[in-house]
Amino acid sequence: MADCNETLRELHAFLDGELTPETHEAIHHHLEGCMDCLQAFDFHAELKVVISQKCQSDEMPDGLMLKIEQCFGDEYLDGDPV
Amino acid sequence: MADRAEFAQQAMEFAPQLYSAALRMTLNRSDAEDLVQETFLRAYRGFGSFEDGTNLRAWLFRILTNTFINTYRAKQRRVQETDLADVEDLYLYKRIGSLERASQSAEETLFEMFTDDEVKAALEALPETFRLPVLLADVEEFSYKEIAEMLDIPIGTVMSRLHRGRKAMQKALIDYATERGIVTSPVDTESPAHG
Repeated sequence: MADCNETLRELHAFLDGELTPETHEAIHHHLEGCMDCLQAFDFHAELKVVISQKCQSDEMPDGLMLKIEQCFGDEYLDGDPV
Repeated sequence: MADRAEFAQQAMEFAPQLYSAALRMTLNRSDAEDLVQETFLRAYRGFGSFEDGTNLRAWLFRILTNTFINTYRAKQRRVQETDLADVEDLYLYKRIGSLERASQSAEETLFEMFTDDEVKAALEALPETFRLPVLLADVEEFSYKEIAEMLDIPIGTVMSRLHRGRKAMQKALIDYATERGIVTSPVDTESPAHG
């Protein structure tokens, strides 16, 4: 049975899905009965989503897809006539 | 995979993700474009070494990361690790967690609290040593093991760099929130540890 300190120490490993099933279960069990820790975990889970979504909102420059196709070269363009 | 054309087709679906990651790595559009092109060129040439049924996205990100490290790292000025902001654990949570919780309005969720540009800038401000693990873990959601392989460092090093990088990024986010008056000066908001 994990206490608050042990639980918070594993916060990132838990949210990253990197704990063993046993430790994951122990943390999960603690969170079910501890609102303080649960709030901290919820906050960081949301933070991960925010960081992920906001860092992937870049628009590709015009023409990059075409340049990528050109990387595949003549072999790709000539070799697979449809 | 059946043939190169099919491979190319599937690989190209990851182009937008690879471009965003390339931007966070190189910090400029022109280098990011070159990096993505070079990645696809190498992927296409190395198509034979891709094993069917394995993770194509992870394979492409591995090429992207390797190409970045080998091509661009040398160009970049080494940043002292001691320059990295060091703050306590749960730094951001202790300052804005209660703020976010107290408010029921959609405008004050964590998502609305920071602009896309602020989050990108907070990540991009990290020295490369820390930026790459945070990018690969928090944005691209690769496992510690995958990140260790991509960066060719031990898993323990991935974890310690993630730990320090995430804290420094939280410090940068608090600085943005402070500038905009969402929180008062961090110096004045020493809240009790937990709960």
